[in-house]
Amino acid sequence: MEDMLTVERISQTYQAENGELTALEEISFSVKEGEFVSIVGPSGCGKSTLLSIVAGMIRPTYGTVFLHGEPVTGISPSIGYMLQRDNLLEWRNIAQNAILGLEIRKQATPENIAYANSLLKAYGLWEFRDKYPSQLSGGMRQRAALIRTLAVKPEVFLLDEAFSALDYQTRLAVTDDVHRILKKEKKTTLMVTHDISESISMSDRVIVLSRRPAHIAKILKIDFADPDLTPLEKRKQHQFQDYFNTIWKELDVHV
Amino acid sequence: MYNQTPAVPVSKERAAYLQRQKRKKRGIRIVQISIVVVIVAMWELLANLGIIDSFIMSQPSRMVKTLMNLGDNGLLTHLGVTCMETLIGFLLGTGLGVGIAVLLWWSQTLSQIFEPFLVVLNALPKIALGPVFIVWVGAGMQAIIVMALAISLIVTVLEMLNGFLNTEEEMVKMVRTFGANRRQEFTTVVMPSNLHTLFHSMKVNIGLSLVGVIAGEFLVSKAGLGYLIVYGGQVFKLDLVMTSVVILAVVAALLYQSVVVAERLVTRKMSHSN
Repeated sequence: MEDMLTVERISQTYQAENGELTALEEISFSVKEGEFVSIVGPSGCGKSTLLSIVAGMIRPTYGTVFLHGEPVTGISPSIGYMLQRDNLLEWRNIAQNAILGLEIRKQATPENIAYANSLLKAYGLWEFRDKYPSQLSGGMRQRAALIRTLAVKPEVFLLDEAFSALDYQTRLAVTDDVHRILKKEKKTTLMVTHDISESISMSDRVIVLSRRPAHIAKILKIDFADPDLTPLEKRKQHQFQDYFNTIWKELDVHV
Repeated sequence: MYNQTPAVPVSKERAAYLQRQKRKKRGIRIVQISIVVVIVAMWELLANLGIIDSFIMSQPSRMVKTLMNLGDNGLLTHLGVTCMETLIGFLLGTGLGVGIAVLLWWSQTLSQIFEPFLVVLNALPKIALGPVFIVWVGAGMQAIIVMALAISLIVTVLEMLNGFLNTEEEMVKMVRTFGANRRQEFTTVVMPSNLHTLFHSMKVNIGLSLVGVIAGEFLVSKAGLGYLIVYGGQVFKLDLVMTSVVILAVVAALLYQSVVVAERLVTRKMSHSN
């Protein structure tokens, strides 16, 4: 499979009144089509900045992001971005929330709306289309947010700590849910998380970043005997602990 | 979500609780009404007994008489003039205020440039500008409306801008990830999530406009409740002054209440939490 997304020698330096801060240093990696890659790193190391750069929301100080070989210069329509919280608009019902992205991109054509509706049907939210976000559970809200992003048909999905606002039990269930949907829709995904277990259970590869200024400490290929295991099942495999220990050692966490 | 459907049998404790709440509410209302009744009755009684001078204090029965002669003494026309000036001032103040707030939200540089001016203008007692307005726009209704506008404008700008700038950052980022431009950010997230700010601002403004109008009428006018109060005071028609003040209180309450009703209608349409 060809490389869908290539990050080439990205460096990011912040200018502030009290000095200069290097957040990212010479980050290079690529993501293949259909692959699920996670980035883990100590908090405050610039993981989210890296994701914003990939999305084209921040211009890096040095380096380039390529999507299908084309440099990313602004917010790209082929990239779908999911943030920590679902950010559903309380004054819109679920069906209206699902087509928000389409509306903003002025693509709310009958076909595209029908596609959004088919997603709602496929992922069990069709009966809730007239409900408002406050009437849904946390897991369902997250799924609605996912559909909102899927509806604009992005090729690459970026997840920015997308589950960290959920409580632990919901989080495990939602992780399974999102992983299943993204695999089924054959989406290429780049996820940022501080949760080591989450990264192992969901990804094909894990990129470990060092402390600031962040550079790539290790890229770890995750291989379970059965690739069709759900994230929750992967957590029960014996290799899981080995991967966890490897990443833990790389992160070099001190209290 | 609270269960308010009476179809579900209510527990004994719940029934007792509801009963207690209802009784307490009714008690408060009774006390409130009694206070008004007692004051009015004492006022009337003491005036009749000659303990207070009804010439300088007026008296409820004389105020009622003044009210009955609405047509003759022109109270109705004066009332209409004041209400119209207030409404115009209110609409201008709210509209312009929101408009300026949008501009300042749009451009961070602009808001940084104007911040100190806004702060000073906000602290300045606008009534001090009364004579200036009269010279600028002429001694008439224009000056009164400008007064009402001046009093409500800056507060609106500051309050709305503050609301706009405090819109949840992640929400704005979310629409930005879909490629939203500044206008779309505003219409999809910033304005809808600031409806409560708008209504709060309107509630404050309706009162401020009335203050501006009365102050303006004190200074220049030939008509309006403010004019009537000043005129009544000068010719010692305290019945007229007192009646005007009472009408003013009723008008203020009605205007405020109409904003409350409008808010309830809009929020019921927009929010579905219950």
